[in-house]
Amino acid sequence: MSFRDTFERMKRTGDFSGLQEAVPYARFMGISIAEQEGRLVTAMAYAETLIGNTALPALHGGTIAALLELAALFQIAYEIDTPAMPKTITITIDYMRSGAARDTFARARATRIGRRVANVRAEAWQDDPDRPIAAANVNFLLA
Amino acid sequence: MTEDDRFQRMIRSQKFLDRIPHMSALGVQLEDFDVGRVTVRLPYRADIVGNPDTGVLAGGAISALLDNACGSSVVARVAKPNAFATLDLRIDYMRPAEPGRDVLAFAECYKVTRLIAFVRGYAYHDDPAKPIANAAATFMFTGRGELPQAKAAP
Repeated sequence: MSFRDTFERMKRTGDFSGLQEAVPYARFMGISIAEQEGRLVTAMAYAETLIGNTALPALHGGTIAALLELAALFQIAYEIDTPAMPKTITITIDYMRSGAARDTFARARATRIGRRVANVRAEAWQDDPDRPIAAANVNFLLA
Repeated sequence: MTEDDRFQRMIRSQKFLDRIPHMSALGVQLEDFDVGRVTVRLPYRADIVGNPDTGVLAGGAISALLDNACGSSVVARVAKPNAFATLDLRIDYMRPAEPGRDVLAFAECYKVTRLIAFVRGYAYHDDPAKPIANAAATFMFTGRGELPQAKAAP
């Protein structure tokens, strides 16, 4: 079964617990998905391996970029039905606050879904969804 | 050896990457280091695959590699333990990485002002003319004081 099919089944059943089993990188990053009021929340469980600056300490900026990209990808794959997973064309990340050594969450919203391209806005936060630590614009090529 | 010399030596060594837990978790290696220019290598490994159907590395791992290469090039340019934060990072993905192959990332800090460092970079397998991804980043210095310029490689 392709990952797209696996994801479709998770959508249908609302059970995303198989994500880490299906995607090695999701397991490596401690990434999980929860469904909340028709939207997905993607979480990155804190682990020492996500740290970029041990003095502060702060999460590595790259881990926040990865979380935002995955949150955007999952949201678009959740909203549309395509035979293959969308492909990232560009991602632009604005960093607003440093990420503390704790769990991080992200949610995304499609600003436009066209025939070939989808534009998605994603935000990451830790303690308060209204105080994002980073945000991203992601453009996907739809298969 | 002065403290400056020790810092210069440290940032030119693998030790600099090994001190960054996420880079050490990814197994990132220092390939090349010069004034304002850094090349790092992400060895291919099955546990950071993003597409289980194809075995292609996750875009996130390549983003983290590029982000780190960009930040390292700022250190390589100012050559002082000057604190800075990423303001923004843009990555364009031109083609997927090929399964089973290492990914290299080159970054160049091409301009530094009093507060901001400007960086460009790209990721590739073995030919920089065939990039996997392109990166542009800006960083803001959060420390104080003058920025010394790096010494040329000995």
